[in-house]
Amino acid sequence: MAKEKDDRFKIFGTVSFTATTKVNDFIKYMQEGKIMTTKCKKCGTVYFPPRYDCYKDFTHDMEWVEVKGNGKLISYSKLQYGPIGFEGDLPYSIACLDYGDFKVFGRIAKDVPDNELKIGMDMKTVVNKMQSGQMNYVFQKA
Amino acid sequence: MGRVAIIGVGQSAFVREYPGSIRELAFEGFSEAMKDAQISPKDIDASIICSSPEYDKQRSPAGVLAEYFGLNPQPTFYVETLCSSSSTGVKLAYALVESGLHECVAVVGFQKMSEITSKESQERMGRGGDIQWESPYGTMMPAYYAMHAQAYLNKYKDFTLEDLARVRVKAATYGQLNEKAVYRKSVKLEEFEPKPENRMADPVSSPLRVGDCCANADGSSCVIVASEKIAKQFCKKPVWILGVGAASQPVNIAGRSSLTELVAAKVAAEQAYKMAGVGPKDINVAEVHDCFTIAEVLAYEALGFAKPGEAKDLIRSKATYKEGSIPVNVDGGLLSKGHPIGATGGSQIRTIVLQLRGEAGAIQVKDPKIGLVHNVGGVGLYGNVTIFGI
Repeated sequence: MAKEKDDRFKIFGTVSFTATTKVNDFIKYMQEGKIMTTKCKKCGTVYFPPRYDCYKDFTHDMEWVEVKGNGKLISYSKLQYGPIGFEGDLPYSIACLDYGDFKVFGRIAKDVPDNELKIGMDMKTVVNKMQSGQMNYVFQKA
Repeated sequence: MGRVAIIGVGQSAFVREYPGSIRELAFEGFSEAMKDAQISPKDIDASIICSSPEYDKQRSPAGVLAEYFGLNPQPTFYVETLCSSSSTGVKLAYALVESGLHECVAVVGFQKMSEITSKESQERMGRGGDIQWESPYGTMMPAYYAMHAQAYLNKYKDFTLEDLARVRVKAATYGQLNEKAVYRKSVKLEEFEPKPENRMADPVSSPLRVGDCCANADGSSCVIVASEKIAKQFCKKPVWILGVGAASQPVNIAGRSSLTELVAAKVAAEQAYKMAGVGPKDINVAEVHDCFTIAEVLAYEALGFAKPGEAKDLIRSKATYKEGSIPVNVDGGLLSKGHPIGATGGSQIRTIVLQLRGEAGAIQVKDPKIGLVHNVGGVGLYGNVTIFGI
């Protein structure tokens, strides 16, 4: 019997453009309520987004580590128009947090008021389940 | 090897919806450049075709265009770096000619964006970013550049949204004079005041407004790159390529060291200045990639026309107007011309070549000797800076 295709990544985001990836345990961890990323066991580099391969020493001997604590808001933007497939989400804000060793790109949680967003503020990355059954992670106030 | 020249330039009018196919659109830019160079297809010994995929349905467009242009059996290559595709093509043409492998190369850029809807186009452009980790959030080009604008406004508190509007006002000043531009009306600062009747002030992706964004367009461009020997044989006014710089940055915004600059453009500028043996103060006229008003601001600083945080001084003092110390985008820029992805770099180069030849008509800058083109692909993913002289 053919091996079952591991296409768990297709549930990432409002519209996923990638179904299979060697880091799709990211989805398993999200379903457990955790945002995880990969760290190279050899050189110690922590990558975000998670990677299967370390380009520094050509290994895929990686371990999963949790994206914990707070990151600082580097920037954000609130979209009034969206690409095809995202109309139902509008308006929404994309953003980037700096965790020091790495940065995380995502969206601001819907319940954070615009007037409370300030560059430099502490925010945390949390799992977000959508009504459609898709999942992503979003940023909430720390 | 000897020097490398531009011996012909051309572009189609940039329009909202071209009433023909990609081969006919691309032929407009190609034929104008060939007539400009006064050569025929047999004089071209290779072609480089530049566009960004998934607008029209043609796979491997180089083959189709080479046939339509009468450029068989010469080799043809397809090159893509999103919005900077055709300046990448010119860099590669430079390398082919400088190496002696070819003597005369046609670099043709084209894009027929009207083949798909505006929303589809935003999705395609968003997918110029990282489709695995970022596109699922509903990203698009204005939003990515808006994040840069937000970060820049936060870092440099005396920079304002009005300074962004000033960039558009300048672009429109010259766009009115460019018969090949999509947007040919004047724009006043007052039009950015948030009132229902002010379309320019409508929010797109905060803090960017309609007036901060360039329009999609259909268009083509062509640059004929030749050896010194060919240039002297065919061309009365060759324009020489003095420096070519190109660099890249992580596609992920999360991989960028800063959102208040475009590092790829800065690195490319350093390379091009070093190769040309000139500095920012030697540039007499420049074309920069103003897909959004903030992009022109970041370009001033990447190119060394202004120190970090001081771009506002250039736009407030009108130093980048035609009569200023460093005229920038006096053809109206992408903000007026429109931005047919694959054709844009070639159009920028055309403007600088015409300027250096003294053939720029109403927008002619006084006696320029050295010109610069800054062309960025994606959101600073690719940066090309090319310096030209006479």
